Amino acid sequence: MTARKTPFYTWHLDLKGKMVDFAGWVLPVQYDGIVEEVRRVRESAGIFDVSHMGEILVEGKGAAGFLQKMLTNDVAGLKEGQIKYSPVCYPDGGTVDDILVYCFHGEKYLLVVNAVNTEKDFAWLGKHCPDDVTLRDLSKETAQIALQGPNSLEIMLALAEKRVASLRYYHFLPEVAVAGIRCLVSRTGYTGEDGFEIYCSWQEAKEVWGELWSAGRENGLGLVPAGLGARDILRLEAGMPLYGHELSEKISPLYAGLGRYVSFDKSIDFIGREALLKQKEEGLRFKLCGLVMAERGIAREGYTVRSGGADIGWVSSGSWSPTLDAAVALAFLSPGYAAAGTRVEVVIRGREYGAEVVKLPFYRREKQWNGRYRKG
Amino acid sequence: MEWQIPEGLKFTRRHEWIREEGDNTVRVGVTDYAQDKLGSIVFVELPEIGRKLRAGQSMAVIESVKAVADTYSPVDGTVVEVNEALPDQPELLNQDPYGEGWMVRLQTAEGCEKVELLDPGAYAGWIRQQEEEGEQ
Repeated sequence: MTARKTPFYTWHLDLKGKMVDFAGWVLPVQYDGIVEEVRRVRESAGIFDVSHMGEILVEGKGAAGFLQKMLTNDVAGLKEGQIKYSPVCYPDGGTVDDILVYCFHGEKYLLVVNAVNTEKDFAWLGKHCPDDVTLRDLSKETAQIALQGPNSLEIMLALAEKRVASLRYYHFLPEVAVAGIRCLVSRTGYTGEDGFEIYCSWQEAKEVWGELWSAGRENGLGLVPAGLGARDILRLEAGMPLYGHELSEKISPLYAGLGRYVSFDKSIDFIGREALLKQKEEGLRFKLCGLVMAERGIAREGYTVRSGGADIGWVSSGSWSPTLDAAVALAFLSPGYAAAGTRVEVVIRGREYGAEVVKLPFYRREKQWNGRYRKG
Repeated sequence: MEWQIPEGLKFTRRHEWIREEGDNTVRVGVTDYAQDKLGSIVFVELPEIGRKLRAGQSMAVIESVKAVADTYSPVDGTVVEVNEALPDQPELLNQDPYGEGWMVRLQTAEGCEKVELLDPGAYAGWIRQQEEEGEQ
């Protein structure tokens, strides 16, 4: 199967993006360099092509009840313009996907899902969908841009309706003009920074990107293009799970430390509840932890974690962190080793390298800032 | 060609360069193409002085943000010097792969075993071939 191109494909080539295949799409893994892209997103702003993400529209009288059954989080109280994060589980507690739920009103929701899972999710939802609910896969007609970093708002204000400024975190405007083009805009992201995610039609997407790019290159706003490599490090630093690493058909949301997104108390019994409750009551065999390497080595996915020569877990994601200036990793460890400050060893190329368990996230942005994070 | 391939050096198919220094020693590093493909390099593990290496044997390990790569000794030889600056400034490998980013100096013997070495023209052809295969 040939990998698909997003509307921004030629932009990536013009900006010297290194293109790779990802979940059936051709996307840039980096432009000038991953480390620099990460720094710029933390200090100024980055623009990401995330058009590969899937969008599934759920409509009908039974939509709210249907989602309550399919999602582990409680979405009953969601108000118009509000967004919630939720895992989706199989009956055995394994994870189908982790998604965002955008509430238009009680009978209309948009689900934003991982690219790699879009078709699987659509089939899974379809299998359980009642007669009074319709599902539409909008992925192929919906482009998505993530604008992330402390200067995101200022860039948006240069070309979008002023009301985007009043959007709170995890809220969205279903119809707002950006560069004169009708978009859905949410205050969300996968980087740990302030920022927006902008959804628009495939046809008009290039114009939105072009206008954002021009605005972000002016007045010292310092916008850079950022690729999948930077996106992965930014989310890792922010302690956010990535499906296929911290979540999978074998790894439940409880193991990934996402218990606050599993609502055992909600009125409708959701798929996976019984298995997850059992996991919770019996105690978890592994817990997702943060590691900071104490020696010069990078703990990468799949590496074994040891203590006193005994295997105690494995690394699910790992990289150099430009923000912490250290190598960091997410790892599933036996609960006895999960406390912050615990010294463990990661096996790298047959040798043990010291590491320390730390509290997640690795990075949290300062909550208060006015306009720009750093002047100059 | 967008990658530097200086005259006067020989190259391996695994993207190391080697320079004969006239005193029966050779200096070894990785090519501009290799550092570009690896991206931002954050750690370098060098061999100990005095270590004997066979041609084709793992010599050093380079970790970039994206990947980890082994580098291999192009010749039979003994490590007589390593670039002490690299552990603290691994970015030298990205900035100046043929100069300040050199890795290891090896003492060799007359007529010693070598892996296949390419001249600049042949190496340029080799990376062109790699790039074309990458695009398929």
